[in-house]
Amino acid sequence: MAYATALKCRECGREYPTDPLNVCEFCFGPLEVKYDYEAIGQKISRDRIQNGPLTMWRYEDLLPVDAANAVDLQTGFTPLIKATNLGRLLGLDHLYIKNDAVNPTNSFKDRVVSVAATKAVEYEFKTLACASTGNLAGSVAAHAAKAGMNSYIFIPSDLERGKVVGAAIYGPTLVAVDGSYDDVNRLCSELADTYPWAFVNINMRPYYAEGSKTLGYEVAEQLGWQAPAHCVVPSASGSMFTKIWKGLHEFEDLGLIPKVNTRMHMTQAEGCSPIAAAYLAGTTRVRPVKPKTIAKSLAIGNPADGYYSLKVIEESGGDATIVPEEEVVTGIQLLAENEGIFTETAGGVVISGLKRLVESGAIKRDEVTVAYITGNGLKTLEAVESVVKSIRINPTMKEFHEAIPNP
Amino acid sequence: MSKLRVKFIFNDSLVQEPVIWQLSQKFPVKTNIRKADIRDDIGWVTLELEGEEADLLQGLEWVRSTGTEVELATGDVVE
Repeated sequence: MAYATALKCRECGREYPTDPLNVCEFCFGPLEVKYDYEAIGQKISRDRIQNGPLTMWRYEDLLPVDAANAVDLQTGFTPLIKATNLGRLLGLDHLYIKNDAVNPTNSFKDRVVSVAATKAVEYEFKTLACASTGNLAGSVAAHAAKAGMNSYIFIPSDLERGKVVGAAIYGPTLVAVDGSYDDVNRLCSELADTYPWAFVNINMRPYYAEGSKTLGYEVAEQLGWQAPAHCVVPSASGSMFTKIWKGLHEFEDLGLIPKVNTRMHMTQAEGCSPIAAAYLAGTTRVRPVKPKTIAKSLAIGNPADGYYSLKVIEESGGDATIVPEEEVVTGIQLLAENEGIFTETAGGVVISGLKRLVESGAIKRDEVTVAYITGNGLKTLEAVESVVKSIRINPTMKEFHEAIPNP
Repeated sequence: MSKLRVKFIFNDSLVQEPVIWQLSQKFPVKTNIRKADIRDDIGWVTLELEGEEADLLQGLEWVRSTGTEVELATGDVVE
């Protein structure tokens, strides 16, 4: 059963019933799910969680939907890997990689979409929709297929072929929109107001966003029921960043883990870094930018949760790092060559950002550090094609030895 | 009729200009202010616009032409 009791405006505090709404009708502030934590506290325990499924749904008591209805592709409970090789290289004794690239559609988006799709089923919507430049598109189309729903996926008309195919295979109605990034944003906001569709990150957004809390729960559980000293996280809208923090604090408040002393570090790529830039400028006013980065899954120029993620950095004593574009691929290679994990460009931003944080002294050698890898490298092959340098030979021993004299 | 929730940001040279009033005079667009913070050097206003889609688009283009920054109030939705 779900313990969500209301939606509450993060700006003015007005409360609304748990309906398909995302903004306060009065001040247009974002709405967030409010829970009955007292009731949750009476039911939840480490044992109850450990006896749950090996998916994100083991945390069902802290999600705003009824797990019995879950639209579930077996998302979550992804590996937390001790990164000994990369740790040694960077000078960290306790570095862990949260590998969320192994989710069903190869990114963390399955967590948020699974919750949004489940809520959409509860509301009896027949259509699941989103506007996307990649990861979200595939996840929404896959969950709609699983739930037996129609789906509409809006994409910019110049989206790379691989990403189009990665969504199209699930059978959605794919709409390629000509126009600027702003045009696509505006059109989809209007469509969400016009049609009775569950737009996962518009009218389903308060529920959708809650799925990212499971990234905080899982890490705490996998570290033996404790929060790490540092989380290094990629950011686009800033939503996941705030929800990892929220998840850790919910666990603390419910007595599942000791006091949280985690410092939250945000990483963004130079070509789209409005939140990190605001942090470094010492302001809470996030100035929108026109994204121009190879880390396309982080290319949100007007981040909805920018202000709130700045507050998390401040509260946690964390930091924000802007990674130069040329270091994105370096980060991908560092992770692949040292840990055998192939991440997409957002992961490259995380690893290069982590390196910078260590070099600046923000993260110390003996502190438990978790780097979040949120998407699979096969999604952004074009970004790393330049590193492929194979040796071509005819199938003879002679040619092999000529090419590689000392194998 | 379409509705759009937007945020206008005015720099110091525009703070004293009646941009919202002019928008409603030049285009058949209803303006409904919900939240604002105006200071000497910068100001922002969150408002809902209502009108035919073509009028909204032309109206927003005119607002941008004054030097006012225009954002969706709810942030980007393309992820």
